[in-house]
Amino acid sequence: MDRVSRREFLIAGAAAGGGLLLGWHVDARGATSPDFAPNAFIRIGTDGRVTMIMGQVEMGQGMYTAMPMLLAEELEVGLDQVRLEHAPPDDKLYANPIFGFQATGGSTSVKGLYVPMRRAGATARTMLVAAAAKRWNVDPASCRAERGAVIHTPSHRRLRYGALAAAAAELPIPDNVALKRPEDFKLIGTPAKRLDTPAKVNGTAQFGIDVRLPGMKIATVAASPVLGGTVAGLDEAKAMAIAGVRQIVKLDDVVAVVADHMWAAKQGLAALSIRWDDGPNAKVSTADVVQELDAASQQPGVVARKEGDAAVAIAGAAGKLEAVYQAPFLAHTTMEPINCTVHVRPDGCEVWTGSQVLARVQATAAQVTGLPLEKVVVHNHLLGGGFGRRLEVDYVTQAVRIARQVEGPVKIVWTREEDVQHDVYRPYYYDRIAAGLDAQGKPTAWTHRLVGPSILARWAPPAFRNGLDGDALDGAVHLQYDIPAIQVEYVRHEEPVLNTGFWRGVGVTHNTFVIESFIDELAAAAKQDPVAYRRALLGKSPRARAVLDLAAQAAGWGRPLPARRGRGVALMYSGWDTYVAQVAEVAVSDSGDVRVQRIVCAVDCGTVVNPDIVKAQIEGGVVFGIGGALWGEITLKNGRVEQSNFNNYRTLRMNETPLIEVHLVRNLEPPGGIGEPGTAVTAPALANAIFAATGKRIRKLPLVPALKT
Amino acid sequence: MATLNINGRDVTVEVPADMPVLWVLRDVVGLTGTKFGCGIAACGACTVHLDGQPTRSCVTPVSAAVGKRITTIEAIGATPAGKRVQQAWLDLEVVQCGYCQSGQIMSAAALVAKTSNPSDADIDAAMSGNVCRCGTYQRIRAAIKQAARAPSAVKAGG
Repeated sequence: MDRVSRREFLIAGAAAGGGLLLGWHVDARGATSPDFAPNAFIRIGTDGRVTMIMGQVEMGQGMYTAMPMLLAEELEVGLDQVRLEHAPPDDKLYANPIFGFQATGGSTSVKGLYVPMRRAGATARTMLVAAAAKRWNVDPASCRAERGAVIHTPSHRRLRYGALAAAAAELPIPDNVALKRPEDFKLIGTPAKRLDTPAKVNGTAQFGIDVRLPGMKIATVAASPVLGGTVAGLDEAKAMAIAGVRQIVKLDDVVAVVADHMWAAKQGLAALSIRWDDGPNAKVSTADVVQELDAASQQPGVVARKEGDAAVAIAGAAGKLEAVYQAPFLAHTTMEPINCTVHVRPDGCEVWTGSQVLARVQATAAQVTGLPLEKVVVHNHLLGGGFGRRLEVDYVTQAVRIARQVEGPVKIVWTREEDVQHDVYRPYYYDRIAAGLDAQGKPTAWTHRLVGPSILARWAPPAFRNGLDGDALDGAVHLQYDIPAIQVEYVRHEEPVLNTGFWRGVGVTHNTFVIESFIDELAAAAKQDPVAYRRALLGKSPRARAVLDLAAQAAGWGRPLPARRGRGVALMYSGWDTYVAQVAEVAVSDSGDVRVQRIVCAVDCGTVVNPDIVKAQIEGGVVFGIGGALWGEITLKNGRVEQSNFNNYRTLRMNETPLIEVHLVRNLEPPGGIGEPGTAVTAPALANAIFAATGKRIRKLPLVPALKT
Repeated sequence: MATLNINGRDVTVEVPADMPVLWVLRDVVGLTGTKFGCGIAACGACTVHLDGQPTRSCVTPVSAAVGKRITTIEAIGATPAGKRVQQAWLDLEVVQCGYCQSGQIMSAAALVAKTSNPSDADIDAAMSGNVCRCGTYQRIRAAIKQAARAPSAVKAGG
């Protein structure tokens, strides 16, 4: 994904109640005059309290530890000295530099904010030191900062930040403050304890679903089970007869039962016996979708990468291999079911939820209510999982539409069934891939045409340029194998039957499955070892080759295994600037069940802020990837999603989880993304391991159903 | 009307007898540490203890909890096993998003209270009903082992 052109500058001023307020400002339009901003990243009270305001949200990926580590490192405070606050919506103050607006996702936070967050901390520290030096009438260079205080080194005089905050706020903002050298880091690179853990082990952590307000009602909803359908009728009296049910809100495409508690709301919803007019998608099944994708794949796409003339090279090659790969619709099933609490008043609207895109929450609430933006207050919470689901605000829009009809605050909670059947799904992707081979089986040409909807065209229209979706193509255009002729094409094909969006690992997940499965096919066709075959093609990508070597070595690649056991390897690289190699070891039963025995990952994500969180993200990403690859599949019949809950949309459980080893390559490259690579690399490693164990090549996810047919 | 013993206190609630304990805790009593995940006992997020037994509160009607001790995540730290489990969770940095962890800790605390040295098979049996979408299983397994081998053995059934 391209970065928006931007100017960054620091803004500072007096905090409400005194003290120093400092942040950095991103403005895609290139404004030049710094504004006073009521919110930023660091607030130092005159009482010495250091508050960090978290523009990046916490959904398990460790942002409420990594961002404070970056700030605290340069500000010279301990993590034990800071308090965290959720940031309010503000696309300017809290823009993600990679997107140009406020968003947490796409494995971008540390990659995008590694320097700006440190600069914010260093600037604040420089101003505090200057304020102390001025008070003591000494050279700032003779002072140092340490654990929230400035010390005049020669005289050992010491002033706490709180005592300096008001004076520091009066000082001009310094340009180009020096950032620490990596060898001077005290926090960055250490496995510092997560700041959000204590509240998450004793039940006090507040997720959106935990909001409780005076007079609050609880509602649950049923939206049309078929996209585009409408309510045809319902039995309101039966629902209203249930104790605790207060109100039925009927809109065109959704019905809500408002009650004193969720139990009454659920029973009320069941009692409504809603009848639906299914609309134009009433007869659609998955097979129809696949048929259309296949037809679209026959047409040439927009060329995203071209080196040489791949088609000509394949036609003239000694050998040729081609394949079609498919990846299904997938649901997110965040553990915290979708929920949003809203209070609409004539003069304002308040929203309580957990979102990866807070400013969009505010914008949609303003749009639905007709209120000006500033009259919409959004309270963010910890997210009980994001995985891309909470990059969408469909549930906020729906909640505000319902809440407009309700007196007082109402918490709308989706059942798990509603969640699974009304997700914004990972798209169905359909890929045609081919290679021309020389006499030794080495690829001389590569063509990859991928077909799927453009999420970016809807979600970030400016990022959809020249007919190319950088997300759908992520990883595919980054192909690291040294092949003389390469052509990568994109055919945009929208799915009008389901809403589609980002899923952990985004475009890279599907592309890595295709590329790394196919390169394994080429190795097999050449009767070569999969690691050696890849390695020979990685002469121009030393980082990719290094993780491949490390994973193979750590996994004991080549060591013999019993029958129906196999090892598979896969390599991952993308716009995240992270390289991962994985070796998966599986056992396949005679009936086709797959047991993942062991996963070894070698990871080069450049500079590591917190190695323990990096490892946790890879471990978790792998678990997410295994469940998705083995069983994950959302299917349609008569326009309806056939899955409904954890009993039929299977996710990995404790007894199915293999040993996962993570080996980090430590270097000083710029930090890459880490939230998603573990997921993206897993499916092909498993598919290749299944091939090694059984000789069966699976080109259509999920793996287990394909293996059994 | 039902009187429930929740975390050592008697609480009288006016709710239907078939109302699941989960919603009584969350929406009536205001103890939100116990989480809603699936509503069909398929994910374990709602796990509480009834007389020390791990129980899916989303399918347990209030009538089945009357006369029993209900323990939730908010009070599990007051038990020796619960305290040890919470500490191990902190020591090993188990948690990611944290939403399922109340249920994980309740299932783990029940296991550790009864089994001083759980095997991998014991852990699988006790924990496979608890789904974690962040994928913290490996650390949960390690934390349970740490909690269970803490120096002063947890008394059986404690």
